[in-house]
Amino acid sequence: MDSAARSAGAVRAGRRRDAAAVGLPLGALALMLAAIFTIRPAAFSYFGITLLFKLAVPLIFASLAQMLVIMLGDIDLSNGAFVGLISCVTALYLRDAPARALLIDAAAIAAYAGFGLLIHLRALPSIIVTLGMSFLWLGTAILLLPAPGGVAPDWLVGFMAWRPPLLPLPIWLALAAAGAGHFVLTRSSYGAVLRGAGAHPRAIARAGWSLPALRAATYAGAGLMATLAGVTLTGLTTSGDPNIAPGYTLLGVGAVILGGGAFTGGVVSPVGTVVGALTLSLAGALLSFLAVPPTWQPGAQGAILFLVLAGRVLIAEVTP
Amino acid sequence: MKPQHPARAAALALAAALAALPAAARAQDGIATGNTSAMSIAFSNSYAGNSFRQVMIKSFQQIAAQAEKEHLIKGYTVVSANNSVTQQAAQIENMILQGYKAIIVLAGSDTALNGAIKDACGAGIVVVAFASGVTEPCAYRVDYNLDSYGKAELDFLASRFGNRKVNLLEIRGMAGDGFDKRLHAGVEKALKAHPNFKIVGQVYGQWTETIAQKQVASILPSLPRIDAVLTQGGDGYGAAMAFQTAHRPMPVIIMGNRQQELALWSKLHAKTGYETFSLGATPSVSQVAFWVAQQILAGKKVPKFVEVPLLTIHQADLAAWLAKIPPGGVANATYSQALVAKIIDANVHHTALPGIPAPQ
Repeated sequence: MDSAARSAGAVRAGRRRDAAAVGLPLGALALMLAAIFTIRPAAFSYFGITLLFKLAVPLIFASLAQMLVIMLGDIDLSNGAFVGLISCVTALYLRDAPARALLIDAAAIAAYAGFGLLIHLRALPSIIVTLGMSFLWLGTAILLLPAPGGVAPDWLVGFMAWRPPLLPLPIWLALAAAGAGHFVLTRSSYGAVLRGAGAHPRAIARAGWSLPALRAATYAGAGLMATLAGVTLTGLTTSGDPNIAPGYTLLGVGAVILGGGAFTGGVVSPVGTVVGALTLSLAGALLSFLAVPPTWQPGAQGAILFLVLAGRVLIAEVTP
Repeated sequence: MKPQHPARAAALALAAALAALPAAARAQDGIATGNTSAMSIAFSNSYAGNSFRQVMIKSFQQIAAQAEKEHLIKGYTVVSANNSVTQQAAQIENMILQGYKAIIVLAGSDTALNGAIKDACGAGIVVVAFASGVTEPCAYRVDYNLDSYGKAELDFLASRFGNRKVNLLEIRGMAGDGFDKRLHAGVEKALKAHPNFKIVGQVYGQWTETIAQKQVASILPSLPRIDAVLTQGGDGYGAAMAFQTAHRPMPVIIMGNRQQELALWSKLHAKTGYETFSLGATPSVSQVAFWVAQQILAGKKVPKFVEVPLLTIHQADLAAWLAKIPPGGVANATYSQALVAKIIDANVHHTALPGIPAPQ
């Protein structure tokens, strides 16, 4: 906010909107953490915070992947199935045949870009194409690994269990992902072009940019983020499973919207998305700390989501 | 895995801070009586959205509440992940933080929880996984032998059909699921003994009546005459409805101990003399897992795999069982601490498992 105060009026309003968008999930996150730390003070420790946020790391990357697609005004229903496929590839090949694993990952990312191109060139609804893709990913994953299994490489498991100085690993990774996303998408000029490709595609095309190339690159970026999600998830679970992460598809959408994104295209916040992903992964933890009866848990989790999103609508109405 | 792993070291430190398990682990028969009154037990369940799981949770709560009242444990909790393995892994990490001495797991995946389960074992927590093939070796497993499931289905059909040619429809669970794969492997193994049986169609019913009905209805027009339907539980009634609405002759559908299925069986039996066989896991296997965890904490020596007997219902016992099951429920048994100690002992000595008696 300091730098925002020095900027011109229009920029200041934009930044204030950004800050409000990030502030709300951040506030919700702080509230939930406060509740958990009050119930169980032992959780307020390096070890405790690591355990609380361990499983949020892959969700952060999956949400960033979804964010890139939503930035284009599309929606990606294949995200969770793709993470499952990468988890299978990682558990099967990364330890003994790393070159083959990387090759398959690269091919999968290229396929992602190809589908992005297809959606653009044939003007197809992304929701249909990505739904079809989700079956393709799941089918490929089941062909590769018919039953859950495989082993993650030791270095990957070791990395995900690494205890870096000052802050727990999940926090460092969240900061790095948010920082990189903020720098590339929100601050850089290329980021402005990418967001423009979602908000005002015609204007971007008139300015001499190739829309097909921009969209293919963004889809490839989404594929790369989803690959990171699959690899980090496999490092945590230590093995592969085709059906591991179907929930990431919609949780990712939730994180993007929670973090200030909109379905209109061009309106996304990487920092907000990361905070949104952390909030969503903590919502479940909060319920178990509060000892909510099991039959009430799915409903209660929905209620938490609803409250936070309702808060967002309220804030959007107040801030211009 | 390197033993001097930093996370492992921290976990060991935590384990030391937690109260150690009762030291004397005696290889003795009967109920172990070590003091567990200061210990809490948590139950991490992957999914709560069908009747089987609802009964399973209730069975667990009932026995855990009773144990709490008798000061056998200090407290318990039940947490359900909404069929999301990643969420379940996170919940197990939370339970480590909450200081439970034992975590009972009904896993949504055979492998995806390995990281979290290893964290729990590393913190000195007893992990008992049931009705799931969790592959992390530090966890105790309480489960059915799924080979005997498929074998029991085919043995019954062999007693019905003898040596004549039989067309089978197999309703499976979910593609890529470990339970489904193991049960199907058992069916294939048992099929080798019956060359006259042929599986002519296969659908995935996801252990849910409505989905099974939809799937069977859509494959039925492409199939020849079906003599019998192999099931995995939760899909028998749906299959029957699909046959009925298609006006096809009712095959011998192996039932899965659901009240709905047994009521239909009983109705058809009264009308046409229809006979079949029902078997299944008892949802109260959660109670077996509970007592196994409690017994380990109390110092009993327990093998890493504890096999639980399947509950089978034949025509003779149908009325007795049906009278006992509430509408929408599943045939269930109550496992006492003593019965579970007997099951553990049978597993230790590799003797026949104690059976589940039909209600009087």
